[in-house]
Amino acid sequence: MIREPLIFELSDQEKSAFLWPPLDVPAPKEKLAGLPLRQEISDFPQVSEPEVVRHFHRLSRTNYSVDEGFYPLGSCTMKFNPKVNEKVAALSGFTGGHPLLPEDLVQGNLRVLKWLEELLKEITGMAAFTLQPAAGAHGELTGMMLIRSYHERQGHPRKYVLIPDSAHGTNPSSAHLCGYQVIEIKSNEQGTVDLAALREAMTEEVAALMITNPNTLGIFESNISEIADIVHQRGGFLYMDGANMNALMGRFRPGDSGVDVIHLNLHKTFSTPHGGGGPGSGPVGVSEKLEPFLPVPVVVQEGDRFRLDYNRPYSIGRVRSFYGNFLVVVKALAYILALGSQGLKEVSGIAVLNANYIRRSLEDVYYLQYTTPTLHECVFSDKFQRKYGVNNLDIAKRLIDYGLHPPTVSFPLTVHGALMIEPTETESKRDLDMFIQAMRKIAQEAAQQPELLKEAPHTTYVRRLDETRAARQPVLRWRPEGSDRE
Amino acid sequence: MKYISLSTQDIKEMMKVIGIDHLDDLFTTIPEKIRYPGALKIPGPFSEPELVQLFQEMAEHQNSYASLTSFLGGGAYPHFIPAVVDYVSSRGEFVSPYTPYQPEVSQGTLQAIFEFQTLICQLTGLDMANASLYDGASGAAEAVLMASRITRRPKVVLAASLHPQYRQTIRTYCRNIGLILEEVAFTEEGRVDLESLDKLVDNQTAAVVVQSPNYFGVVEEWAPVFQISRQKGALGIAVIAEALSLALLQPPGEAGADIATGEGQSFGLPLAYGGPYLGFMACRQEFIRQFPGRIAGETIDVEGRRGYVLTLSTREQHIRREKATSNICTNQAWCALRATIYLELLGRRGLRELALHNFYKANYLREELSKIPGLSLKFKGPVFNEFVLQLPVAPSQLEPYFREKKIIPGVKLEEDYPQLKNCLLICATEVHSKDQLDKLVEVMAAALDHRPKKGGQS
Repeated sequence: MIREPLIFELSDQEKSAFLWPPLDVPAPKEKLAGLPLRQEISDFPQVSEPEVVRHFHRLSRTNYSVDEGFYPLGSCTMKFNPKVNEKVAALSGFTGGHPLLPEDLVQGNLRVLKWLEELLKEITGMAAFTLQPAAGAHGELTGMMLIRSYHERQGHPRKYVLIPDSAHGTNPSSAHLCGYQVIEIKSNEQGTVDLAALREAMTEEVAALMITNPNTLGIFESNISEIADIVHQRGGFLYMDGANMNALMGRFRPGDSGVDVIHLNLHKTFSTPHGGGGPGSGPVGVSEKLEPFLPVPVVVQEGDRFRLDYNRPYSIGRVRSFYGNFLVVVKALAYILALGSQGLKEVSGIAVLNANYIRRSLEDVYYLQYTTPTLHECVFSDKFQRKYGVNNLDIAKRLIDYGLHPPTVSFPLTVHGALMIEPTETESKRDLDMFIQAMRKIAQEAAQQPELLKEAPHTTYVRRLDETRAARQPVLRWRPEGSDRE
Repeated sequence: MKYISLSTQDIKEMMKVIGIDHLDDLFTTIPEKIRYPGALKIPGPFSEPELVQLFQEMAEHQNSYASLTSFLGGGAYPHFIPAVVDYVSSRGEFVSPYTPYQPEVSQGTLQAIFEFQTLICQLTGLDMANASLYDGASGAAEAVLMASRITRRPKVVLAASLHPQYRQTIRTYCRNIGLILEEVAFTEEGRVDLESLDKLVDNQTAAVVVQSPNYFGVVEEWAPVFQISRQKGALGIAVIAEALSLALLQPPGEAGADIATGEGQSFGLPLAYGGPYLGFMACRQEFIRQFPGRIAGETIDVEGRRGYVLTLSTREQHIRREKATSNICTNQAWCALRATIYLELLGRRGLRELALHNFYKANYLREELSKIPGLSLKFKGPVFNEFVLQLPVAPSQLEPYFREKKIIPGVKLEEDYPQLKNCLLICATEVHSKDQLDKLVEVMAAALDHRPKKGGQS
């Protein structure tokens, strides 16, 4: 494969890739006087159009993607991204509208926003939604702010937020950003919230419990109603991280079981593409009690007209500019409508079937720390392989040689050497079997040729990279040769 | 269902392997009393042709702005998007992967991020940049939090000419951690009042936040602002809501900024009713440990070949949990990719030329409008691609006439700035032809003639 240089290394100041039309207004140079001007940007690239296109085309070929194949990254719900979603989100009526256009000219946009809110309410059983958060973690932060504002209005914001030890790192980070101290709750032997530990920790200084359901082990928190009762009895709120909602659609509605706040990830459950790390969208659903605190603006429907409401005295305020990642919302709406009620239920059914099929097919060769039944994902560990000097990362890297994307590694933290597998519902049996066979083969290789794993991957554009060097001697940007910095 | 790839036979075989008779058997851990009994009330399933028709109806008919010429800016700017940007960025290899946790199969994304970081450093004149943040507003909020961590001081001074939505977002982010926000007024020129700033900033100030071009389109003198912040040991945060201005104006790093953050929507992202956009951030090297967000770094593989990885992750939530520098996980990577393609395609000359076109178009329009009797320029300070026009009446009074002439003349400022009565923020970029600019001038003059003679105030 051709090794692709940085664009800066291809640059030649004589070349250019883009021509603007002649300026059609007067351009007297003296107009620029009085402005703090910059020098021409030194070392900015200057290449031809074919070079730009080939540069990115070649780079793209070094990426693995969902369009290419199986991507069982646990907790990320890497399902197929339907192509009609891209088509409708690219309609010029959606892409062209300035966010400050008068409301009467963007009724279609507002209808999209309101419609998705309504559908998410139906799917989750929550009383109201905001679509503004740009990603899951942004939704968490927004949700915690709502809770804090409510408590403040009761006279005391409270001090702590309870979070199980299996939680995603964004949970404690979001709670902390919102001014709370985090108390970690240990999981029990089944891998779920320990009710006794929760009862003990749940005081009137606790603002909320943040749980993920199904949790990061893929286990449904069966005691969700009791958990809600314990939290509510002390005046706290139950926050549910809805990252794993793909397991539940049409089968369980958090709002019906005492969940007060939930965030969803449109870029997980609702099929919008991840784009190599965003844009996502992290809508937040709330119970009636918290609705007055939602960020502004709120989309309001009056008859068949829609408007944006800023007159919300209890609102936490704005969490970003404008109204959210609108085009992501368009795609998620298209997805839900393409599936309908029955389709959504089928999604959760098949997602859970696929995960259990993998679990069953690998549990004799990979260690399963928790034997509790799981839903949409399963978490193995490298315990059986460690005796050969092979760890979970080696297994992951070896999978790449088989043309597959690795599972999530070393998360959740409650499983040492974790391999967290989430196949999603869109995969064929052939792809699932390919993965299972590769994993079984790798288990054999671990015993017989461990170096094959330790040196993996062998077949990629670059092989295993020195991450320690990257962190210790950070090179975070290109500089021209001979420059005196770095 | 078309997004599912299992046949009935497949399902049967798989259930047999698992040892169940029915899919519902997989959900027994959900107690029966809380299992959802009915069918969700969701319309559909819609076929693809039906979906396209439905969305076309909403996009093209229920949205009815297409035939109007808009001069709206104010944090979102209409710019031409070259074909290459759409074409290249829509490749499935860029659209459909996750965050590049496995660098060996993510070099395309990682190298693009590395190039993006370099471009942002070059544009801002600072040492390091991250892989992106959500948008300009949340980027400004992250910068304020970062400054408070670095200085451990409780006060932040915001320019009143900072985008109102950015100020509101900063307020939301800061409220719960006890940061005190103060605002510094603007002068008659529309620039930060340096005298007041000097008085406001003291040894309790964590940061001074100034936007340029500011919300009124006026280009600030950053250097004296950041001189004041530096003297008092506060950090200087430069906010750029119109990233294109960086191609023409003094880079904030050169003017003494410690952190620069802003909105990169102008670099190849459609207006899209406000998102997804692109937050960017850059800072001086010394603040590396307090920097929020993902960062790509260069390294080598076991064969000594150059490659890229996500690095310095000990700052981040998945390692540091509640002690992380930010809770951000998913960012706006694909938007950053588009910006990278856009900037590399335009290149040094193309970008500079575009910035000049924006400058001259807006300044032409500004001058022509200011010749109309009864209209005046609210601020005398130099502008980049938008400016504030003072009308003799409330802009809302002229709205029906403008609408009839198929023009959206600008953003009304009075809601956010009660003191800016009858003021309109007007933006012109390369997408506006001279004819369109002239038409706005003509319609504006006519509108003033047509206005109801009584009722000068709304």
